[in-house]
Amino acid sequence: MVFSIDLLFEAVLFGVLLGCFYAAVSLGLSVAFGLLDIPHVAHPAILVLGAYCTYLLGTTGVDPILAGLLLTPVFFVLGVMIYRFYYETFERRGGTEAGVRGLAFFFGLAFIIEVGLILAFGVDQRGVEAAYIGSSLELGEFRIPYRMLAAFGVAIVLTVALTLYLSRTFTGRAIKAVGQDEGALRLMGANPVRIKQLAFGIATGVNALAGAVLIVVGPVEPALDRLYIGRTFCVVVLAGLGSMSGTLAAGLILGITESIVLMMLGASWAPAVSFGLLLLVLGVRPQGLFGR
Amino acid sequence: MSSIKFWISAAVVLAALVGMAFSGANEYVFFAGFVVLQFVVLASAWNILGGYAGYVNFGVPAFVATGAYAGLVVFKALGAPLLVQILMGALMSGLLGLMVGMLTLRLRGIFFSIATVAVIFILETVVLNWRFVGGATGLQLARPEPSFGFETYTRMLFAVMAVMAVVAVGISRYLQYSHIGQGLRALRDSEEAAECSGVPTLKLKLIACTISGALLGAGGAPMPMYLSFIEPASSFNLSYAVSTLAMPIIGGIGHWAGPVIGALLLASLQQIVTVTISSELNVLVVGVLLVLFVVIAPEGILGLVKSWKRSSK
Repeated sequence: MVFSIDLLFEAVLFGVLLGCFYAAVSLGLSVAFGLLDIPHVAHPAILVLGAYCTYLLGTTGVDPILAGLLLTPVFFVLGVMIYRFYYETFERRGGTEAGVRGLAFFFGLAFIIEVGLILAFGVDQRGVEAAYIGSSLELGEFRIPYRMLAAFGVAIVLTVALTLYLSRTFTGRAIKAVGQDEGALRLMGANPVRIKQLAFGIATGVNALAGAVLIVVGPVEPALDRLYIGRTFCVVVLAGLGSMSGTLAAGLILGITESIVLMMLGASWAPAVSFGLLLLVLGVRPQGLFGR
Repeated sequence: MSSIKFWISAAVVLAALVGMAFSGANEYVFFAGFVVLQFVVLASAWNILGGYAGYVNFGVPAFVATGAYAGLVVFKALGAPLLVQILMGALMSGLLGLMVGMLTLRLRGIFFSIATVAVIFILETVVLNWRFVGGATGLQLARPEPSFGFETYTRMLFAVMAVMAVVAVGISRYLQYSHIGQGLRALRDSEEAAECSGVPTLKLKLIACTISGALLGAGGAPMPMYLSFIEPASSFNLSYAVSTLAMPIIGGIGHWAGPVIGALLLASLQQIVTVTISSELNVLVVGVLLVLFVVIAPEGILGLVKSWKRSSK
């Protein structure tokens, strides 16, 4: 491969867009795992579920991004229910093996969702249609697909909205506090379980919109969640748990790295990038780059 | 159960299984029985790290596939016999276990689990890009003639897997009652407390990672010979991870008998579901049972039996 500045620039540009997309799909996990300390390995499965729900709404002619917005309250309720269940069966009971069981629960849940999707839709890829999918913005010799720009836009809006919500509102600050010191929060007159329930609901609701972005960026298949275990956890761990702006930065690092590897080595090495980066961070600096 | 009783029963079971392989039973019995026995090996191996020490390994497919591909490499390059393939598989995935252990020593809980998922995908990508072992399309293999006087190769594999199952359960049982098992349980309950009481947590975790990894690899090593075929997508399939996690949890983690009960029940059920309904549903059954058990019977079948005994006294 001949090295050229143009190619590198194109890879970096694409990486930036990809990175914002990775940040968007990781935001929910950043709240659920980063702030609440819940071993939410089913996050990527719910992401793919969101993409399939968007697909279903899309077959009736609803725009995918709009579908994602419509699904957000539904997924919020779903998230509240999942947390309630998790709390009643694992957090409250406690015990020495509660951690192992909580992990096993979410891992099992991920598989149930994945197989449920296979049974309902089959293993074929599904995509959506919209005016901005398939065409590109031409800037001189560079072409930027509009679908990546849509993902970029949603990612930025989501990150800014979540950052503002978590730092400016009382409930938002309570969510940030609940992971650090539940007892202190209780003294402030807030109920930690209700705060966590709300936060997990928000995380899941955000995930619905992220799922819509996922299917806008490319067609989905039920087993796609496996790949996104690496990408989302890589972003969240790299970001340092629970930092929203860190999530955006970590998404960019992953997106640019993946895009450059894609250019230099070819597509077959791409899946190893996120998992490799994840292992590297876990081995060298498990508190992440922007950790508290 | 005393050690003598255990080994006598183990010898009887083993003799019965190997004897069966020489009988006139239907070939399918051995084809399905191999998988059930393989899961006894895998679940017992998983339990050493996951059950005793509380470190949840999601990376079972990485170890199984490492065993399978290590076996394949010595078979393809040197024409090595099955036993050498198994030893090579155990060696390589034992090394992998040691490496994963060293890399993730500082990590706890979910971080360790996620790191093990990462190992699956990294190794899968390497294999996908490795021509010698067939890359993404895989390799078709010609099985040699069976040795030791077995009628077919599948029968021989069944008998070999029966031996491995007894060995794996024996090792897992030995570890549970030895100082290693005690130390692992101590660090599962509180790593800080164990460290402060002079338990060499670091060393014990590495030992557990290595032994567990080696047994997982040994269990995976006969796969290319069993299927006469190997390819990355099925070798690195995450359904190995969910099954191997579900079996000890359903049987009861922390005791050597738990994974054995879980593997025998769940793997047999899986065989039945796969044949009668479909292989997708078989993963669904495992997922649903796993979630049901962690929610309703967190101590597994062993826990249910224990509380039933207690209440009937």
